[in-house]
Amino acid sequence: MIQVTDIKKSFGETNVLKGISTTFDKGKTNLIIGQSGSGKTVFLKCLLGLMNPDSGTIAYNNNTYTTLNIDQKRELRSKMGMVFQGSALFDSMTILENVMFPLRMFTKLSTKEMEAKADVVLKRVNLNDAHYKFPSEASGGMQKRVAIARAIVNNPKYLFCDEPNSGLDPKTAIVIDTLINEITNEFNITTVINTHDMNSVMEIGEKILFLKDGHKAWEGTKKNIFKTDNSDVTDFVYSSKLFKKVRKMYIND
Amino acid sequence: MKYLSNIGAYFLMIKEMFNKPTKWSVMKTLILKDIDDLIINSIGIVSFISFFVGGVITIQTALNISNPLIPKYLVGFATRQSVILEFAPTFISVIMAGKVGSFITSSIGTMRVTEQIDALEVMGINSINYLVFPKLVALMLYPFVISVAIFLGIIGGMAACVVGGFSSIDDYILGIQTDFIPFHITYAFIKTFVFAFLLATIPSFFGYYMKGGALEVGKASTTSFVWTSVVIILLNYILTQMLLS
Repeated sequence: MIQVTDIKKSFGETNVLKGISTTFDKGKTNLIIGQSGSGKTVFLKCLLGLMNPDSGTIAYNNNTYTTLNIDQKRELRSKMGMVFQGSALFDSMTILENVMFPLRMFTKLSTKEMEAKADVVLKRVNLNDAHYKFPSEASGGMQKRVAIARAIVNNPKYLFCDEPNSGLDPKTAIVIDTLINEITNEFNITTVINTHDMNSVMEIGEKILFLKDGHKAWEGTKKNIFKTDNSDVTDFVYSSKLFKKVRKMYIND
Repeated sequence: MKYLSNIGAYFLMIKEMFNKPTKWSVMKTLILKDIDDLIINSIGIVSFISFFVGGVITIQTALNISNPLIPKYLVGFATRQSVILEFAPTFISVIMAGKVGSFITSSIGTMRVTEQIDALEVMGINSINYLVFPKLVALMLYPFVISVAIFLGIIGGMAACVVGGFSSIDDYILGIQTDFIPFHITYAFIKTFVFAFLLATIPSFFGYYMKGGALEVGKASTTSFVWTSVVIILLNYILTQMLLS
């Protein structure tokens, strides 16, 4: 469980996060949504410790992250997995080596054992024959799947994803969403996803946090996002004609 | 203020480089890769430049000696002194600031732009140690490159001397043996170790702390080359004053 209490972050005169409090539960897929510039990425970077909030606390299983020193933070981070927006795979390594990387850094497994474990995870993300390709030779969808495999290979307790569907076609995006959701349930981990993709919200949003101008504007699940009369949420989520129709149909039903 | 802040950040980076070291089994591979990238891959260009610049030093020295009272062996003597004291350690280091320095800045800068450094940090890895320390260790073999430069510079001078007919090979060899002070080699290698440290850390600093996209990677490489050269030239002056005067 991750507990966030009143975190604030400013850059010069600009207040990006204006006091956000929430809880991300274990075994659930938590989504952070909001317009560009609403503070989603800064919020995620604060959760990861890549940025320090100006005030407020972030606690991982009641362990306050913001007061840890750099070594303690690194220790905690070794229990986190992260899927970056651009995948952030290491260019100089093959896909297999990328997935083996966390094992090489944090375990004492032999190369054969690492290869076997990486192979299992690559198969889990439906990549059966791309082991020896370099990231530059893989498609965007494949790169995202490799990034997920690398993030989960060392059995993390927390999985963070920054716009995992950006730049992917709708079909591949659903595959990625389903995969993340399945992995969250299978390994009972706390997953936090930063997204713009409304399909993801409808598909896997077990808990949704809506940010607007650095504030928490709404919080709920994919079921009650249909019924909410919060105009900020409805303006954002149902901005397209198609989603407006879907909502109407849902409410009428 | 910005310069002071950057200098402070540079020294903090160096301190962080020795914190929480990466596993030796991983570090070993990184060091070997960096030896290949930074040292082995530089030998060709360094050899080429050294041989021909050694030749040019000899030709220019010979052409400027018009007094018949000055002995012919002085051409070899002047070439040796120029190559050992200045050309090999300093001139080659400035060239390396362009070759190796821009490679280091652009490779680390690209990792920053593509969030690979963030990925390392999120995994709980000391990214500065992981990225910079192997380069520093690899560049501790830089004196080997400078030895090659010294040797080929003097050989290039000898070839130019003989081919151009400026003096005989015996006179040239006599010149390179005349008044040889072994401390000059020590001085050259002290400078080389200092420049190796600068070549590993200054370009890494500019790559690691860069912000922006692909265009800024290019700008950071240029800035890194300028600052590495400036610091090399400044420290060259200070070290020469300290060690030779």
